[in-house]
Amino acid sequence: MRFLSYLMSGLGLGSVYAIIALGYTMVYGIAKMLNFAHGDIIMIGAYVSFFALTRFGLPVLAAVPAAMAVCTVLGVLIERMAYKPLRQATSLSVLITAIGVSYFLQNAAQILWSSSTKVFPAVISNGALQLGELSISYLTLVTILTCVVVMVCLTLFINHTKTGSAMRACAEDKGAAMLMGINVNRIISLTFAIGSALAAIAAILLCASYPQVFPTLGSMPGIKAFTAAVFGGIGSIPGAFVGGLLLGIIEILSRAYISTQLSDAIVFGVLVVVLLIKPTGILGRKLSEKV
Amino acid sequence: MLKVENLKVRYGMIEAIKGISFEVQDGEIVTLIGANGAGKTTTMHAISGLIKAQEGSIMLDGVELTKVPGHKIVGMGLAQVPEGRHVFAQQTVEENLLLGAYLRKDRGDITRELEEVYQTFPRLGERSTQPAGTLSGGEQQMLAMGRALMTSPKILLMDEPSMGLSPLLVSEIFQIIEEINQKGTTILLVEQNAKRALAIAHHAYVLETGRITLEGTGEELARDERVRKAYLGG
Repeated sequence: MRFLSYLMSGLGLGSVYAIIALGYTMVYGIAKMLNFAHGDIIMIGAYVSFFALTRFGLPVLAAVPAAMAVCTVLGVLIERMAYKPLRQATSLSVLITAIGVSYFLQNAAQILWSSSTKVFPAVISNGALQLGELSISYLTLVTILTCVVVMVCLTLFINHTKTGSAMRACAEDKGAAMLMGINVNRIISLTFAIGSALAAIAAILLCASYPQVFPTLGSMPGIKAFTAAVFGGIGSIPGAFVGGLLLGIIEILSRAYISTQLSDAIVFGVLVVVLLIKPTGILGRKLSEKV
Repeated sequence: MLKVENLKVRYGMIEAIKGISFEVQDGEIVTLIGANGAGKTTTMHAISGLIKAQEGSIMLDGVELTKVPGHKIVGMGLAQVPEGRHVFAQQTVEENLLLGAYLRKDRGDITRELEEVYQTFPRLGERSTQPAGTLSGGEQQMLAMGRALMTSPKILLMDEPSMGLSPLLVSEIFQIIEEINQKGTTILLVEQNAKRALAIAHHAYVLETGRITLEGTGEELARDERVRKAYLGG
């Protein structure tokens, strides 16, 4: 029974990773870049929802869209100003720029809101659902449910709408997509918008379980979610989902049964092993270049 | 319909197109022939906006294409079947075709056009739910052509449509090109298979290392001694 309850909290944590990983994987799939500033969008989302809840006294259901709106605009602006001018540049230049953007956001947050930790208010009631002996906290339930809803909506959007089909076309072949009349730049903007909006959702879920807001708060979840995306197969949406959930479960189980200190090392160790065995990740496609 | 004047394209320091001019009249099949590296594909890419021209003008029905963003060119009635087909391998045949109709709004028109493409290429109809990546080379070529037709172009650019296909398929593809033309679509064809291309072309140009060295009707060039030596095997 204890194992089951660990499993549930692993799924909860993994759901947050999965939502963040979607941002990494979609941007990678379409813009072919690793947006290392993605974790810091989470941090901005956390601050925005913190202020929305405390200073402006908004209810949670209003704070979520507020944070999503700010993060969406921020994500699109970052892409437009920092990454778009580098469309023809080498991937190394883009990567370094992304790291630069990440530091910029962290330091901007420190200047604006100081480096002291703020305590995030409780947003989801402390209760738990009792299923016989197993108790699952409402927070875990809400988190898992949110992740499932996000996955279903995103999958439907990508696979069954015209814009989704255009996004897949851009992911495969930007030149051919342009020949169809698809505005590739707009699709890239849209991808950043979706990823950043999801980061805002992740921010609130994250702060609901770890109620501390500080300028580097996005780094660790960002790196973990990136690991999850690579783990599942970067560029693949179901891969981000599977990778995120597995990573969350591995992290919680190793904390519970092996060692709290070593849990991060174990998580990253698993990544190394997976990449050694299957370099494209669990659900990653084979990299084949047709000549 | 299409008028290219003094077009120059550079890749870094290398000048791939050194100032070429040619014209495609309404309703014609015009072909550019030339060896590997002559600049045929570069010319096509410059026209459809995949690369920027450094100098010169490309006019489509009086509109300067070099000033139009690439994704808007197809909406003006110019479509390209790219070299190497470039179908969206992970999407189904039908999804590929519908992406061709990306800019079109009228659902009725799109459905009619889809039917027409399936009539022209019955094999695409049989495989409409299959991922494009599972098609054979010839079928992918047909899909690339069908996808371009779905944009309902006034002028269709085709880059090496016969490349890598069996002789039987090559005949089929060339026959379809003529059919498309007879239905009223102007065609600009780039081919290494000069013999076939000249046989169906109203007008032809020979491109050599970035310059146009010869022009004439398809028949004239097919008879020309220099063309026979260099491109038709003697």
